[in-house]
Amino acid sequence: MILAIDTSLGTSVAVVGGDIVTESATLDTRSHAEHIGEFIDRVITDSGLTPADVTTVVVGIGPGPFTGLRVGIAAGVAFAFGQGIPVLGISSHDAVAVGVDACTVVTDVRRRELAWTSYRNGVVVAGPGLTTEATLASDVDLTEFPEVRAGTISAAMLAAAAQQRIDRGDDLSSVAPLYLRAPDATPSNGPKRVSG
Amino acid sequence: MNEPLVLGIESSCDETGVGIVRGTTLLANVIASSMDQHAVFGGVVPEIAARAHLEALRGTLSAAVTEANIRIDDLDAIAVAAGPGLAGALMVGVGAAKALAVSLGKPLYGVNHLVGHVGADVLREDGGEIELPTVALLVSGGHTSLLLVRDLVTDVVLLGETIDDAAGEAFDKVARLLKLPYPGGPHIDRVAIDGDPNAIRFPRGLTLPKDLVNHRYDFSFSGLKTAVARYVETADAVSIPDVAASFRESVADVLTRKAVDACREHGVTRLLLGGGVAANARIRALAAERCAENGIELRVPPLALCTDNGAMIAALGAHLVARGVAPSSLDFPVDSTLPVDTVRV
Ligand SMILES: Nc1ncnc2c1ncn2[C@@H]1O[C@H](COP(=O)(O)OP(=O)(O)OP(=O)(O)O)[C@@H](O)[C@H]1O
Ligand SMILES: [Mg+2]
Repeated sequence: MILAIDTSLGTSVAVVGGDIVTESATLDTRSHAEHIGEFIDRVITDSGLTPADVTTVVVGIGPGPFTGLRVGIAAGVAFAFGQGIPVLGISSHDAVAVGVDACTVVTDVRRRELAWTSYRNGVVVAGPGLTTEATLASDVDLTEFPEVRAGTISAAMLAAAAQQRIDRGDDLSSVAPLYLRAPDATPSNGPKRVSG
Repeated sequence: MNEPLVLGIESSCDETGVGIVRGTTLLANVIASSMDQHAVFGGVVPEIAARAHLEALRGTLSAAVTEANIRIDDLDAIAVAAGPGLAGALMVGVGAAKALAVSLGKPLYGVNHLVGHVGADVLREDGGEIELPTVALLVSGGHTSLLLVRDLVTDVVLLGETIDDAAGEAFDKVARLLKLPYPGGPHIDRVAIDGDPNAIRFPRGLTLPKDLVNHRYDFSFSGLKTAVARYVETADAVSIPDVAASFRESVADVLTRKAVDACREHGVTRLLLGGGVAANARIRALAAERCAENGIELRVPPLALCTDNGAMIAALGAHLVARGVAPSSLDFPVDSTLPVDTVRV
């Protein structure tokens, strides 16, 4: 039984396994910390399961706005720790590329930037990278890998993508976020003068 | 269940802390700090702090459980700092705490970080039960607050706080002026040993009679910092030890004077120090001296419990459990400006 969590856009949590697919999601992109606990609790309870039935946790590691993204990853790590089970990380874009021959997944990462990843049959062929609305078409081969603009990431699809990658034997043990940007901060060059 | 076993998570600033307590007994206090990563910036960079929390999460959780030598299923509750602090940093701890509580099927307490600093006092090995009422002076890189605590759960009052820089921030900024490394507090303390605290008369913020009308228990350190900067820029020969000692004297004087004043006005005979700046040798010495003069018992938890840590969050959580306070609902938000009278969100 997989517990899948993605907070790269809204908050989406799902339990997937056997004939169970239970998902709880909101589009709200600013309430990850509020919703995460209830959603995990709800998908497990509504599936008639207990936390001990979960055998693997999968988290979407972005790309996505950092603050919300971290909430889902932190939650996945902590849930897995509580149960002593593995936590796996995959790109949130993988969830959108499931079952598509060739595509470029594009999501909004705020500050007028877009994140993109090109896939063939669920396998990354280019990206992830950052671009803008104006430069997307020149940065990325959208002819061969047509754009799929995603406004949400489904945790149930994330679980499906993870299952394919597990079956392929990929190493998914890193849950480090795909930040794609360094933190905003400039080293100080000494104190400012206060006397004239 | 009068000795609840509680795991506490702290992520309000630059320390990732996981602590485990049984009642008032400390079992584990594991801290990972991102302080070194902030050094080149001269202060805490929120995004860097938040990234570091996520990286440190798994390691601190498992180190704490190992150190406490408990079975994680035996926990009675999870506690987490819900604020005040840096929102993006708090969200890492809160997201983790919520999922851990659900995973283990245990109640969750979202608690006040500042009240946690007061709660830390119960963990002192020599301390016994926390004795109330007490005045608490909490001084760190992010806070300078004077609290009157009559009851940890129902009666915490903010008497005053800084209106500009926190005391620790002032130490860090003045250290930069003196070209001392970050964080500045310990370095100022070190060089001040050889200085004359009365060499330069730096201002005492908000201590004039006119200030006391509206700001009797408030603090201000930005004027002091500017005065030190002006002195360093304009003086002919600058003695770093004298500047450090004189600056430190001003901070220690104002902090302890106002804290003792608060004890006297409210007829309280206990003063508790907390926060990283409580490590300052002069602040401790002057607090001890002035408390003794006024018949006030001074309590200073060991440093590992003064700076941000998860054990104090766990201790406050355990206190709430023991008092029969209901847990938080799972949907609480982080609150970067959580007021001290909200002990549990
Ligand atoms: N000996 C000392 N004298 C003065 N200040 C000190 C001393 N040792 C540490 N400090 C100061 O304490 C601060 C760090 O304390 P602490 O870790 O409690 O706070 P923080 O993480 O910056 O913020 P907060 O606790 O408000 O979230 C720094 O500003 C540091 O310079
Ligand atoms: Mg700190």
